[in-house]
Parts: sequence; C-alpha cells; structure tokens
Amino acid sequence: MTTFNPEVIRKDFPILQIETHPGKELVYLDSTATTQKPVSVLKSMDDYYRSSNANIHRGIYSIAEEATAKYEAAREKTARFVGAKKNREIIFTRNATESINLVAYSWGRTNLSPGDLVILTEMEHHANLVPWQMLAAEKEIRLEFIPVSDEGLLDLETYHELLKQEPKLVAFSHMSNVLGTITPAEEITRLAHNAGAVVLIDGAQSVPHLPVNMQDIGADFLAFSAHKMCGPTGVGVLFGKEEILDAMPPFQGGGDMIKKVHLRSFVPNDLPYKFEAGTPAIAEVIGLGAAIDYLNELGMEVIRRHEKEMINHALKKLADVPGLKVIGPQADQKGAVASFSLQGVHPHDVAQILDTEGIAVRAGHHCAMPLHERFHLDATTRASLYIYNTTEEVDKLVEGLLKVRKVFRV
Amino acid sequence: MDDLYREVIIDRSQNPIFKGKLDPCDITFEDENPLCGDVIRVDLRVDINNHITEAAFDGHGCAISQASADLLMESIIGKKIEEIKALTKQDVLDNLGIELGAVRLKCALLPLKALKAGVYGLSKSNDDLLEGE
Repeated sequence: MTTFNPEVIRKDFPILQIETHPGKELVYLDSTATTQKPVSVLKSMDDYYRSSNANIHRGIYSIAEEATAKYEAAREKTARFVGAKKNREIIFTRNATESINLVAYSWGRTNLSPGDLVILTEMEHHANLVPWQMLAAEKEIRLEFIPVSDEGLLDLETYHELLKQEPKLVAFSHMSNVLGTITPAEEITRLAHNAGAVVLIDGAQSVPHLPVNMQDIGADFLAFSAHKMCGPTGVGVLFGKEEILDAMPPFQGGGDMIKKVHLRSFVPNDLPYKFEAGTPAIAEVIGLGAAIDYLNELGMEVIRRHEKEMINHALKKLADVPGLKVIGPQADQKGAVASFSLQGVHPHDVAQILDTEGIAVRAGHHCAMPLHERFHLDATTRASLYIYNTTEEVDKLVEGLLKVRKVFRV
Repeated sequence: MDDLYREVIIDRSQNPIFKGKLDPCDITFEDENPLCGDVIRVDLRVDINNHITEAAFDGHGCAISQASADLLMESIIGKKIEEIKALTKQDVLDNLGIELGAVRLKCALLPLKALKAGVYGLSKSNDDLLEGE
C-alpha cells in the first residue's frame, strides 16, 4: 500500500454506499461502538459456510480439517497482530467483555484474597469495572482508581502512591472509548510489575486503531473485540502470557476444553482449548482473521497517522461551533474520538437531528457512567472516526451541528 | 423526521409551564431511564373527590421527555384518578403529535410511567403501566 486514501477504502465497505434518508449518504461516525465490515471479511465467512462448514478439532473428513485449519490460521494471525509469543496465548471468547470476565473469574478467584488491592482507573468502560465489582462483592477485595484529570489524562502521581499499597492487579484501558485518551501502557505496566502486580489491558479501543505489541508493552493480559476492528460481532480475544494462563483453572466447562472426562471428574485440555468450551463462533473467528489481513494490508502505523490527521481536523472544526465543548485531551494524546456537550441541547436531541442528515453518532454515557459523573455530565454526544472516514464527513458533522443549534434556537 | 422537533416540542422543553415542585403534595413518584440518564419526578395534589387539582414535574432529559412531561401535566389537571389510570402511550403521542422510534419512545413515555406508578402507589414502575388499566 503506497498511499492511504479513505475514498478508496470506502469502496470496500458496502454499507457506506447506502442512503439512510433520501439523498443523504450514510456518514458513519460511530466506529468506537462497532466498525463497518469490508467485503473481504463478509466473503471469508460466506466462503466458510458455503464450502467448509463443519465443526472443528475432531472431524477427520476433509471439510472438518479445512474448517479447523482456517480457525487455527486466524489464531496465528491474531497472535502475530498483537505480538504474542505463541499461538496458544490467544483465547477466543465472545467479546472483550467476556475476556475480562474470564480473567476475573479464573485468575481473580484463584489469586485474590480478602483485602487484596486491584487498581483500576476512573475512565474504564463498564466492562472493566463491573467484573471487578462483582469479584469485590464475592472475595472482599479492595478496588482503587487512578483519577482522571480535567484534561482527561490519568493522574500518574496518584498511581505511584497507590502502588505503595502493593496491588495484586492493575487493569486499565489503553484507549478511553469516551475521551479518546491513549494511556501510557508501557509505563503503567512497568510500574505495576515493579510493584509485583499482574497487568490486564482493555485494548478494545487501542487494538483496532494503534500498533499494539505485547512484547513491547509487557502486560500479562490483553482483551479486545473483533467487531471494533472490521471483524464480525460474536468474537473477542484474550491474550494471556502462557505461564499465567497455564496456572489458571478453566472458565466454562464443556466440550473442547477437556482432555478426559469421567462421571465425577475431568482433566482440562491444554492451552488455548482449556478456555474455549463448546463450539466457538467458527465463521466469526475466520472473519476476524480476514479483518486482521485487511488491517495489515493498510498498516497499523498508517492507520494511526490517518486518524491523527482526522482528529486534528475534527477538533479544529468543532472548536468553531458555538457552545460546543469536547471532553478529553489534545489531539496528540488521543485517538479519533470526540465526545462533546452542546450547550442547551440534550445529546439525544443532537443525535436525532444529525440522523436526519444521515450522520450516525452516539448519544449517552457510552458505558462509562462513572467517567461522566467525573465530568458532571449525564450524557455526551460522541463522534468517532476510522479508516473510512474523510475530512468531508467531519465537515458534514459540523454543518449538522449548526443545524441542531438552529432548530433549538441556541 | 424534522417534524419531530415541532414548535410545541422545542417551546415546551425550553419554557415548560408545569416544571417545579409541589410541597406538600399527595402523590409523588420519581423515575429514570438509565439508558440515557433522564430523570422525571411527578408531584400531584388531589382533592377529596379524587380530582387532580395541581400537577408538576421536575428532572432533566432530552427535549422529547421534557415536552412530553409538560404536556402530560397540562392534560391531567382536573381529571379524576380513574381517568389517569386509563391513560395509555397513545395519549402521550397524541399530546406530542409525533411518531417515534423505539429508543425515543422511551424518552416520551418516561413521564407517563412515573405518573401512573405514582397514582397506583407502586414502589417501582413497569412497562405495563403504558397500557390502559
């Protein structure tokens, strides 16, 4: 790939050609919630169902072997994509949420005792809050939070103080789904390890948008979802260091996760199958593999550069809308996400009027209620950008926002 | 869809007539829509013949929920409790004069849910309240 051109990329995404209202092409600015899917991903799943649909890992007929090969090839692609040392460090789950729940259930219940400290941050998605709250209720562990500054950055001074309490786990988002803040994952991980803690990264927003390499970052766990990176819904990934995963008890029980089963006992399977009970989302895992091929073709560095240009443009343009306030850091410290309030208009009404222009944005708390409380907001409107978005679309958003102000006479 | 933001909706959301508290009051109920953070509290005064003499709402939310609450309060003053119990979601939509998709319908109907849960003396609201008695 020589030059990155979103106009060319758009042609790979059938949904971007449709009109949601007569004469209004879809302007999709909600990729933080889920991205659109390129034809190659759709085709990979269709091909699987048409020509190699069979259950994996046991069949000894040709299409079953083909299905298994495709499924395991996707695991290898995923391992390489995030810099895992071995394929067996990649566990397929339902989504990033399930990946985190797996760690909380299996690692957490085994390794945490009453009084133990888990450090989270104030900017977490509910997916990286509630599993730990549930564990806290069950195991009487303590939760502490790295505060978020008014600029939307993590307060690392407080983090240093919290580390003195010898936490057992530090779990944090690599990129906030609201503020867009990219957190210093390497530094947070190194400090946590020095304090003796295990580290889990919620990479749901970072893996689709940045180069993420687990050998560079050094964290013990990484959770992310296929559907936020051009892949299908129904597949998540948990990366875990082999020695840690090996020592963990299984999560769910059933087929595929066992080596032997007797009436009153079982012997768990080896990694990664130990954590993949039951028939997985085979077609969707294959779709994730195709999504990774697609992103690799573009290049993650190039994608990051495009998104930097896009958020720069967006923040400049949004600053011209009277009464509009974006929360989160400056463009150089964030991904292509802009959550904002518009004075005098509720986010639901903003999103509704933008929809009449064919513009899809999200309104609400974006599964981060504590973060909204931190900024004294009930809700925000969020526009998020990806590989297929253009500066013209950002300009349409700004025009739409001016229309919102007109309708509401603010 | 532009019709969604009819003059009456913009006007009633920005300049509500029945927004405030009634203290003391005979019936009060607060409800919220956790999906969007909208909160509506309804206060009512009722005379000995079970007629609503005064009604007020308080809270925050989008233009649809606020206008819906204001128009609902206006429509119930002078009505009997039995008549309130018979109100349905169609009455709310008639007040607003618009059609709504599933998500925004929840915004529009939050005031009715709060009102009926209060009138029935419930501790918690539910979607059955959006039908008739």
